[in-house]
Amino acid sequence: MSENLNDKQYSAEEINQEKRNFLIATSAVGAVGVAAVAVPFVSSMLPSERAKAAGAPVEVDISKIEPGAMITAEWRGQPVWIINRTEEMTAELSKHNDQLSDPMCDVVSQQPSYCKNVDRSIKPNLAVIVGICTHLGCSPIAKLQMGGDMGDNWAGGFFCPCHGSKFDLAGRVFKGSPAPINLVIPPYKYLTDNTVLIGVDMNEKV
Amino acid sequence: MATNMTEKTKTLAGSLLNWVDQRFPLTSNIKTHLTEYYAPKNFNFWYFFGSLALMVLVLQILTGIFLTMHYKPDAELAFGSVEYIMRDVSWGWLVRYMHSTGASMFFVVVYMHMFRGIIYGSYRTPRELIWLFGVGIFLVLMGEAFFGYLLPWGQMSYWGAQVIVNLFSAVPFIGPDLSEWLRGDYLVSDATLNRFFAFHVIALPLVLLGLVMSHLIALHEVGSNNPDGVEIKEKKDKKTGIPLDGIPFHPYYTVKDLVGVSVFLIVFSSIIFFAPEMGGYFLEANNFIPADPLKTPAHIAPVWYFTPYYSILRAVPPVLNSQFPGVAAMGLSVAIFALLPWLDKGAVKSIRYRGTLYKKWLAAFVVSFLILGYLGTVPSNVWGQFGAWMGGADRATVVARVFTLIYFAFFILMPWYTKKDKTLPVPERVTGVA
Amino acid sequence: MKKLLLILLILPSLTSANEEAPLDKAPIDASNHHSLQRGARTFVNYCLNCHSANYMRYNRLLEIGLTEQQIKDNLLFAGEKVGDTMKVAINKTDAKKWFGATPPDLTVEVRARGADWVYTYMRGFYRDDTRPTGWNNTVYDKVAMPHVLYELQGEQEMNHETHELKLIKTGALSEEEYNTLVGDLTNYLAYMAEPAKQQRNRMGWFVLLFLGVLLVLTYKLKKAYWRDIH
Repeated sequence: MSENLNDKQYSAEEINQEKRNFLIATSAVGAVGVAAVAVPFVSSMLPSERAKAAGAPVEVDISKIEPGAMITAEWRGQPVWIINRTEEMTAELSKHNDQLSDPMCDVVSQQPSYCKNVDRSIKPNLAVIVGICTHLGCSPIAKLQMGGDMGDNWAGGFFCPCHGSKFDLAGRVFKGSPAPINLVIPPYKYLTDNTVLIGVDMNEKV
Repeated sequence: MATNMTEKTKTLAGSLLNWVDQRFPLTSNIKTHLTEYYAPKNFNFWYFFGSLALMVLVLQILTGIFLTMHYKPDAELAFGSVEYIMRDVSWGWLVRYMHSTGASMFFVVVYMHMFRGIIYGSYRTPRELIWLFGVGIFLVLMGEAFFGYLLPWGQMSYWGAQVIVNLFSAVPFIGPDLSEWLRGDYLVSDATLNRFFAFHVIALPLVLLGLVMSHLIALHEVGSNNPDGVEIKEKKDKKTGIPLDGIPFHPYYTVKDLVGVSVFLIVFSSIIFFAPEMGGYFLEANNFIPADPLKTPAHIAPVWYFTPYYSILRAVPPVLNSQFPGVAAMGLSVAIFALLPWLDKGAVKSIRYRGTLYKKWLAAFVVSFLILGYLGTVPSNVWGQFGAWMGGADRATVVARVFTLIYFAFFILMPWYTKKDKTLPVPERVTGVA
Repeated sequence: MKKLLLILLILPSLTSANEEAPLDKAPIDASNHHSLQRGARTFVNYCLNCHSANYMRYNRLLEIGLTEQQIKDNLLFAGEKVGDTMKVAINKTDAKKWFGATPPDLTVEVRARGADWVYTYMRGFYRDDTRPTGWNNTVYDKVAMPHVLYELQGEQEMNHETHELKLIKTGALSEEEYNTLVGDLTNYLAYMAEPAKQQRNRMGWFVLLFLGVLLVLTYKLKKAYWRDIH
C-alpha cells in the first residue's frame, strides 16, 4: 500500500525523485554515522585516566612553613612555590608598583579571578606561585630577603638566572625584565587552615 | 586541448575543477575508474568482498594509527600498554576491539574474495596478473597478521612467534642463523618485539597499499570477470563502444556496495559490542596472561585463519631428522594458489558451466580446507589413537594427512580433471541480473 | 551438503579436550553493584597483599556506586591516592622465594581462566600434607598458593576415591555465606577484567539499531538506482 514502485511502470521523473530522496536520506544518516564514529577517535586523544591521575590536585601541609620561608610542591610536573610572607613582606608589595610591568594584574590569564589583587593570593600571608619564568621557562631562584646580592633596593622576590628576569614576592614581573608577564598563580583552595589543595579553584567542590 | 574540461566553467566549482584538471588527471581518472568503468551487470553476493576488503584495510590503518598513539613496543611495557588502552584511554576499548575484530574479519572477507575468484575463474587469462598481485597481498597479509599478533605480548603472542620463527631454523644449512637474524636475539625477546612492531606498523602496510593499488590497476586494465565467465568486452555497442552487458561502476556498484557495507558493519558491530573474543577464536584466553619465556602454555594453536596451513605443517612427518619437509609443505600450500591460472585447463571459466568432475574436486578441496582448519585449532591427540595396526598413530594426524593429500591433489591433478571435465555451453550474454 | 556443513560446525564443541575437573557456574551479574562492592572489599582486604591488579584504578570503582570517600575509607590502606592503580607492596623476588611462584597480577585473570574456573578454584582448596603450604586445589593441582580464606571457609578434605570434598573443620562463615562471598569476589574479578563491558553491551544495541536504519536506506537507494538495469 506504500508506494511500491515495483508494481507498475513509473516515469523517469518519479524514479529520479526516488533516487534523490533516498540519496538525501542515506547521506544524512551516513553523515550522522560518520560523526558518531569520529567521536571515540577524537576523544581517545584527550588526557587519559593515567594523565589525569598524574595531574590530579596536590594537597600541601602549610603548617610547618616558617614565616619568611618557602617550600616547593609539584603539580602537573611544575614547581609550585608556597611562601609564608611576613607582614613586612606583604606590606612591601604595594610600595613598588611603579617598578612593575603589570602591578594590577591586568593580564587576567596569569591568575584566578580571586587572586586579582596586589598580593595575588586568597590569604595575604600565603603566596602560591608557579615557579616557571614567563620568558622562556627556566625556574627562577628565590631571593626572599631584602638587599643582599640583589642590591639595597631589593624588597625580596625571585631572580631568573637564565636571562635576568626579576619578580616580586607576589610573582609580579619587574619592568626591564625579558619576561613580559607576571608568574602564573595556579587555581588553589584552602581545605583547612593548615592544608592547601593546588589544582582546584577556591569555589570548586572537591 | 584538455578534453576533460567540464562545461560548467561558469561556476566557481567548475572553474576550480578545470584548474585542477589542467594540472592533474582528476576528472579523467574519475571517468576511467568510476563513471566510465563498465562492470558486468550480473554481479552477485560473491562480488561484495573486494570493496569490503578495501574498507577493512582502511579501518585497520585508521584504528592502527590510534592504537599506536598509546601502545608501547617494549617487552616490559607492551602488555600493560594494551590494558592502558582498554581502561585509561577514552574509548580505547572500542578502538582496540575494532582492530582485533578487523584483523579476523579481514581474513573472512579475503577468503570469500579468493573463493569468488576460484569459482568464477577470475584468475584465467587475461587476469593472471590480478590474481598474482592477489596472492602477493594474501602472503603479505599473513605476515602482517603474524607480526601484529606478537605485539600484545601475551602467552599466545610469544609462543606463537617462537614456534613460527623456529620453523625457519628447519631450513637446511642457513636455518639457525636465519632464525637468529629474524629474532635479533637468541630467543624471542624485546629485540624481536620492536622489529615486529616496525614491520607491522609501517613496512608491511606500505607494501600492502602498493600491492592493492597494483591489483586494482591490473583489474581496471582488463575489466572485471562475472559469474557467467562471459567476456563482456566481446559484445560492445557499435556506436558508443560500451559493452552491452556493462554498467558504469558509479553509480550502480557504488550504491550496491553501500548495502554490502551496511550488512558488514552489522556483523562487525555485533561482534565488537557483544562477543569480541568470539569464544577465544578472535581474542585467545591465553593471551590475557603476560608472555613468560619459561612457561609454555599447555596448548599452542595459531589464530584461526592460519590453522589449515598449520595442520599441513603438523601432518607432514620429519624426513631424515629434518622438519623442513613440513615447513616446505606449509609454504607450498599457500604459494600453490599462484599457479592456478596455469593449472586450470578447463574449457570454461565459471563453475556454472563446469561438469560434475570439477565440482566434486572443488567440494573435496573446500571440505579439506575446513577440516584441516578445524584440526589446526586442537592438539593432535584430540581423537585418540589407532591401535597397533596403524602403529598407534594419532587419529587426527592420519585424518590430517589424508586431507593434506586431497588439498594438494586439487591443484596438482587440476590440469587432468579440468580437461576431462564435461562442460556445459557458455551463453553469449550474461544471465541473472541482480 | 548442508548436513555436512552442519556437522562441521558442531564438531568443535563435541571434541573440546576437557581434562580438568568440571567447573561450577559462577554467579556473574555485572549490574549487581552491591555484589561488586562486597567483592571489591574482599579483594582489597585478602588478595591485594600478594596479588597486584596493576591495571585497575581505585577511582574506577566510582562507577559501581562507591563514593570517593568510601573508597578512601574502606579500600586505601597504605597512603595510595584514589587515582592510583592497585599496586602491591610485596617484593616479587621475595614472593617467589616464599611461595615458589610469583603471585600473578589478577587484573585480567578472569579473561585468561574464565569466571567459572576462578569461582571453583576459590572453593576448591583442601588439606594436603604432602604440599609445602599444606594445601592443594581441585582445579589447580599442586598450586603454590595457600588457602588465604581458610578462616572463613574452614578446612576441606579430599576423598581420593570419590574425588569429593568434605568440610572437616568449620570456618567463620557457613557454606552458603562462603559461597556468596566467593561469588561476590568472582563477580568483582570478572568486572575488573573488563570494566567497560556493561557500557559496551548497552551501546551495541543503539549501534545495531542505527545500522538497521542505514541498511534499509541503502537498500532502498540501491533499488531506486537499479530500476534502470535489466
